[in-house]
Amino acid sequence: MAVQNYLEIEKPIITLENKIKEMRKMSDQLDISHEISKLEERINELRKEIFSNLTPWQIVQLARHPERPYSLDYIYLMTENFVELHGDRHFGDDKAIVGGFANLDGRTVMFIGQQKGRDTKSNIYRNFGMPNPEGYRKALRLMKLAEKFNKPVITLVDTPGAFPGIEAEERGQAEAIAKNLYEMSSLQVPIIVAIIGEGASGGALGIGVGDKILMLKYCWYSVISPESCSSILWRSWDFKEQAAESLKLTAKDMLDLKIIDRIVEEPEGGAHRDHEEAAKLLKKALIEELDSVSKIKKDKFLDNRIKKFGEMGFFKD
Amino acid sequence: MAWFKRSKENISTNEPKKDLSDGNWFKCPDCSEMIHKKTIESNFYVCTHCGHHFRIGSEEYFKLLLDENSFKETDKKIRAVDPLDFEDTKPYKKRIEDTINKTDLYDAIRTGTAKINTIDVVIGCMDFAFIGGSMGSVVGEKISRAIDKAIKTKYPLILISSSGGARMMEGAISLMQLAKTSSKLAKLNNEKIPYISILTNPTTGGSTASFSMLGDLNIAEPKALIAFAGPRVVKQATGKDLPPGFQKSEFLLEHGFIDLIVNRKDMKDKLTQILKLLQN
Ligand SMILES: [Zn+2]
Ligand SMILES: [Zn+2]
Repeated sequence: MAVQNYLEIEKPIITLENKIKEMRKMSDQLDISHEISKLEERINELRKEIFSNLTPWQIVQLARHPERPYSLDYIYLMTENFVELHGDRHFGDDKAIVGGFANLDGRTVMFIGQQKGRDTKSNIYRNFGMPNPEGYRKALRLMKLAEKFNKPVITLVDTPGAFPGIEAEERGQAEAIAKNLYEMSSLQVPIIVAIIGEGASGGALGIGVGDKILMLKYCWYSVISPESCSSILWRSWDFKEQAAESLKLTAKDMLDLKIIDRIVEEPEGGAHRDHEEAAKLLKKALIEELDSVSKIKKDKFLDNRIKKFGEMGFFKD
Repeated sequence: MAWFKRSKENISTNEPKKDLSDGNWFKCPDCSEMIHKKTIESNFYVCTHCGHHFRIGSEEYFKLLLDENSFKETDKKIRAVDPLDFEDTKPYKKRIEDTINKTDLYDAIRTGTAKINTIDVVIGCMDFAFIGGSMGSVVGEKISRAIDKAIKTKYPLILISSSGGARMMEGAISLMQLAKTSSKLAKLNNEKIPYISILTNPTTGGSTASFSMLGDLNIAEPKALIAFAGPRVVKQATGKDLPPGFQKSEFLLEHGFIDLIVNRKDMKDKLTQILKLLQN
């Protein structure tokens, strides 16, 4: 895949990759395959080095990479016969949340995900992946539909937050999210959640309650973005790196804190480098988790779900 | 500890300070009238001139609502820890310690059983004085246990909110308290036990996006700020002027998110009336 946008940390890799491209062009006249394979080796080493030492802030940037696969990319790559459904039946159709039935490895699943845009136009259309209340209500309507027809639900979380707009507040952003938490905790079908990019606060959690919580390797999940955290606690926008550090927001942190159940591997260099491979890895994990929850009796997995969230927290008694 | 000491700590700098020398006179932030402490206290901590509801803590609220000596506090000793080793301008550990010393509170909510005009209830009331009434693990756990208690005793549950949202210093763990409290309320719902949410100024962020908005009945005090994203965030994000009365109780009533607005002095009677209707 041709890399259009890259992050500062990716620059040394991209530079070497471009060099190989140049060399390939000349390879008609000269035999330089040896030099090329040596360079490729160097790239692999470099990538391993860079990606094994990522700071939390660098992970936040990777999670926001403009070429990362989004919900619809994953849905199309992982499933067949996806039928996108629209609207909350009350107010409108929020483009920041997509959903519908699809066939995943032979079974029908309700997919619901937050959707970002890839360029300015589509980002405006998708409201940068920031749902309004009707988005959360659309998600809930689709979950209820899945429940009615006894189909499992898979949600894909990728949002910089619920939209903090005037109309969003008027139409009850808080109520819409609260209602989803409440309803998802007792939805009568299995729910598997995967954080595929940004998991920012209540806006993420609004479709994030389930039996198993998965998280891709280069994602972040927290109560607030590092930027906003910096501005509130340090009263300056300059402490975002430090805030990212303090918030413990990486997939590894989430696993250690038992907030997620599983980290899903990403292709070398991140999901944006190979959408197909990223989708393959996610699909495999989703099927495994879905199989394991589907084996459990309904009363039991519902009990487990409430217990799972009930046990979250650290305090002394 | 007296209510005014506590609120002084937290009312931001735009709230005018008392300027009469004996320290017992307060300027109403709404109408600027100077009012004596005793007058405010005997008037349910409400301005006698304009009806402004001063911010009060759990101690004062319990006194106003509950039958004398009926409150039996539960889980009093649960204390916050510092699971992330969080440090901003101050280590979280130190912040907790300092706040406990300053407020005589252990965290941002107190819970227990009590009677309201002889009706048994499980009740919790948040304290904004404790790190802005923020919800971390302790608040989540105490609410969760209060719900368990309501399920066990079959007493109605009443939660009084006053909160700036989730406690950032606990990161995603504080976020999970939204799911924890909401899922427990779903369990309470299955048992058909009433839950009344009382929203006071301010109730914003994570609390609003979870238990505070999930009452069978949502009751607000007049002119309380009730929001997901606070007005400053909305203004900054949209660059628009906010409509008059935006995110105030009356605005939320108009838009269908709360059932009724009740003055503090009428709260006990109104709760009694509702609880009796639900009982009979
Ligand atoms: Zn309006
Ligand atoms: Zn006044």
